[in-house]
Amino acid sequence: MAYHDVVMAGFGGQGLMAIGKLLAKAAMDEGRHVTWLPSYGPEMRGGTANCVVVVDDEPIGSPSVEHAQAAIVMNRPSLDKFEDTLATGGLLVINTSLIAEPVHRADLTTVLVPANDIAEAEGSPKAANMVMLGAYVAHCGVVSAASIEHAIEVSYVGAKKAYGEANLRAFRRGLAS
Amino acid sequence: MPSQKQLMKGAEAIAEAAIRAGCRHFFGYPITPQNEIPEYMSKRLPEVGGVYLQAESEVASINMIFGGASTGARVLTSSSSPGVSLMSEGASYLVGAELPAVIVNIMRGGPGLGDIAPSQSDWSMMTKGWGHGDKRYISLCPATVQEAVDMMSLAFDLAEKYRNPVVLLGDGLLGQMMEPVIFPALSEIAPEQSWAARGKLATRPRVIVRSLYLDPAELERHVDHLYDKFARMEREEPRAETWMCDDEPPVLVCAFGTVARIAKTAIGKLRGEGLRVGLWRPMTAWPFPVESLQKAAATSDRLLSIEMNKGQMVEDIRAVIGHDKPVGFWGRSGGMVPTVDEMMNAIRGQFANA
Repeated sequence: MAYHDVVMAGFGGQGLMAIGKLLAKAAMDEGRHVTWLPSYGPEMRGGTANCVVVVDDEPIGSPSVEHAQAAIVMNRPSLDKFEDTLATGGLLVINTSLIAEPVHRADLTTVLVPANDIAEAEGSPKAANMVMLGAYVAHCGVVSAASIEHAIEVSYVGAKKAYGEANLRAFRRGLAS
Repeated sequence: MPSQKQLMKGAEAIAEAAIRAGCRHFFGYPITPQNEIPEYMSKRLPEVGGVYLQAESEVASINMIFGGASTGARVLTSSSSPGVSLMSEGASYLVGAELPAVIVNIMRGGPGLGDIAPSQSDWSMMTKGWGHGDKRYISLCPATVQEAVDMMSLAFDLAEKYRNPVVLLGDGLLGQMMEPVIFPALSEIAPEQSWAARGKLATRPRVIVRSLYLDPAELERHVDHLYDKFARMEREEPRAETWMCDDEPPVLVCAFGTVARIAKTAIGKLRGEGLRVGLWRPMTAWPFPVESLQKAAATSDRLLSIEMNKGQMVEDIRAVIGHDKPVGFWGRSGGMVPTVDEMMNAIRGQFANA
């Protein structure tokens, strides 16, 4: 896969920035060019947040994207915002634990993931973002699952090691979902 | 320790690059979208025996920079547009006193308090209007996080080479985005400078750091001396990139900083449609790369300056190109980042005009 871009969106605190960084780190470790761009503004906890990750074999021009090839959406406002702007035939990964609304566009590849339910069943309710990342990687293949797992292992060390292990389990559940 | 590739935010990478370049003193006052620079410095500088000090204002910051630079230390401050406006008086003093310092401006939307979104609306302030008197500052304009890292050590070197403040001019996009970067090895603190005021010793002559010259004839000689330095900067320091110009495209897009990289994506797509477009990117806002622009523009029919402001760099381009050929402008302001699609439309318009 040469060029790929993805937007990851949800409530602030759901960990969209974190999974974006894991994807960016995995892509970097695979020797790809990558940019990670957060939305930033006068945001508050519980407000919407998103980041855009661009991966390419060539140096990357624009780090911002209008019509992303893929979207990970974890709450309803993010679905409303990004369903219409996704590129034709794009990949849409939806957190059905929090989003009951149907997808209207027929051209998209839609992946439905009850991410919060899966994470809770796994005993790590905060790791719903990792479940989403797993489902996205399984359907997109921009980086290998092994690269993400390595990124998780090296990103959660010391006092955070337990979180890393829980995140790894949640990511693998997402992969298999 | 030569470092391997790591993923870092632009603002944090700029801070680490300054430390790698030998900077051990940071004075600053927080403002979005560059707060990660002082935050990083507050954590990292004590680890390398440096000093981080949060000033009570930007006016205080720039005067602390004056004091630190007077001792010959490599000093850094960073801010964003409104804060940089406040520093203008001190910047002029630095030029007058011939003190090296590096100032990072991560631009945000203006005028006034404006907003915290990315902008390039300080081009004119940094190249022409920053501070009073006859003065100039080299302004470096990185487009990528790696280039920002590379330009930080260059900034300190140039500041000392000319004993003049140097500006790193970025925007909120560059400050907030992450990219893989490779840092140079940690360098030792700069050698003692003969002009630095470090206390009168029997072995050292008396040094007075000043920008006050009450005798007009003496001040004129001093300003002439400064302008000899500025003339040398204009000869030796212009930097620019020319991209996709080998086939002498009829339309030449001019853009700097992060807008130039968005333009590369737009131009790449237009090339896919068969439209011949090239890019000229100044890497120094001042000294403006006049010869490079003349060379790139020589074979084009028309130019289009694309900026995240209402048209500032385009004035410098028109001053070089004159009435020889049309120089258009398209941009977004207020912190709006131009999209690839709308940029492509703006460039297509140049072909419609042809």
